[in-house]
Amino acid sequence: MDDLYRDEILEHYRNPHNFGTLDEPTTVKEGANPLCGDRITLMLGIDEQGHVTDVKFTGRGCAISQASASMLTDDIKGKSLDEVAKLGKVDVLDNLGIEISPARLKCAMLSLETLKSAVGDRVAWQGSFDEA
Amino acid sequence: MAIVQALDPVAIRADFAIFEREFRGRRLAYLDSAATALKPRVVTDAMAGYMNEYSSNVHRGIYEIGEEATAAYEAARSKIAAFIGAPEPREIVMVRNATEAINLVAYAWGRRNIAKADTVVVTEMEHHSNIVPWQMLTQEKDADLEFVSFDEDGHLNQDSFEVLLRTKPKLVAFAAVSNGIGTINPVKEMVAKAHDAGALVLIDGAQAVPHEPVNVQELDCDFFVFSGHKTLGPPGSGALWARREILEEMPPFMGGGDMIREVHLRHTTYNDVPYKFEAGTPDVAAAIGLGAALDYLTDLGMEHVRAHERDLISYALETLPEKVPSIRIHGTKSANDRAGIVTFNLADAHPHDVATLLDREAIAIRAGHHCTMPLHQRLGEEASARASFYVYTDREDIDRLAEALGKVERLFARPS
Repeated sequence: MDDLYRDEILEHYRNPHNFGTLDEPTTVKEGANPLCGDRITLMLGIDEQGHVTDVKFTGRGCAISQASASMLTDDIKGKSLDEVAKLGKVDVLDNLGIEISPARLKCAMLSLETLKSAVGDRVAWQGSFDEA
Repeated sequence: MAIVQALDPVAIRADFAIFEREFRGRRLAYLDSAATALKPRVVTDAMAGYMNEYSSNVHRGIYEIGEEATAAYEAARSKIAAFIGAPEPREIVMVRNATEAINLVAYAWGRRNIAKADTVVVTEMEHHSNIVPWQMLTQEKDADLEFVSFDEDGHLNQDSFEVLLRTKPKLVAFAAVSNGIGTINPVKEMVAKAHDAGALVLIDGAQAVPHEPVNVQELDCDFFVFSGHKTLGPPGSGALWARREILEEMPPFMGGGDMIREVHLRHTTYNDVPYKFEAGTPDVAAAIGLGAALDYLTDLGMEHVRAHERDLISYALETLPEKVPSIRIHGTKSANDRAGIVTFNLADAHPHDVATLLDREAIAIRAGHHCTMPLHQRLGEEASARASFYVYTDREDIDRLAEALGKVERLFARPS
């Protein structure tokens, strides 16, 4: 079983990047996976030009959901909202770089869904079993 | 002390086709029977027999296979009645599962008998299926829904129960065995107390019927429900038992064919119980499959099933903390009042990760809230992992679980 979770994932799980809160966030969004109780609160700082200046998250969950949030928040810093809107399932799975079973896809996608919702783009990801 | 093994799980596994399959080169250690049980060949054969040889509708066909189908369907009803000690088969309403049975009671009995300011009492350890229908009913009727709490040890708080009984509830509904933490509740005593307070009692037997001898007349409850799919039977099978006089008084649940005596354009007279509650063509194959499952369990002997699982839970409660130091097992540590269900958390690994990693070792456990979110709030956990046992489980499965959990624990504790 040792080969499933790469060290990088475990490292992000133990010491997630961008974990915490922003004092004056532009946007705050909560996401939850009702099947398992994973939760995330995402805080974004967005400047007037529409760039993500800062991002933090808090939450509880499994290694997949926490590592995925840690990596995704690294990815979006400094990006424009247009670029953020283009992020999709593939980017999250590339970040994780491990086999994600259909049952665990919701864990992996929780941070992306919450991010999409935060930037007002709800169409990015539909259903847990398509193209899995 | 020598342990007498009344059941032989290895021999029993030969009756289940799924154990011929290999998963990652190993036999499946299926530890999720509290979610659904595996199905022996006698069940699938009985269902295929109906589908292939006499697949006609029930209660209609005036021809040979129609009569065979009706006889097999009604035989299943009689087997269910005998299995749970019901006085007569006509007190058994065939439903899809325990959830449907509880909804049937909430809708048909509840809407007629629960009025504004009445109280329904359930417990904090209930499955969502024994909470949500009562929320819907009490919200509709502006009635009260109250909850019996449970203590650190996973036992229902009897003081809290007695206080709630002073409000003279109309109905008390609770699980005989908790699917979340495995507590075997003192059903008989609680039914007696509830009756003394003037309440009717519904028992959710979903985790009891598959695992221990059950007799509704001894329990003295008023409604009793269970699911076939947890009892070695197929999904789509289950039953509601209620006292005949209660069933007679209850209005129908769904309207349609088979539940009627006469239909006129403006009015209908209803069929007798239990048919009044069985509108539409039922899942005949599932009912026949459940009948076969109950025959199989009767042959094994339900006392032996319980003794076997008592041995397994006792072994698990002893072995897991030894092999997995960071494990926190929820619920009672006494095998006497615990079914074959171990619910736990590891200090450093989330239940989902535990389940995914165990799957790599061909071990199937449940991770999540097991349809018991209020129970998990009480435990202070968002989610937990759960291993549950049945007749095909043996100590080797628990050894494999302990070993694999040890590996998960070391993986997550490893300094990076």
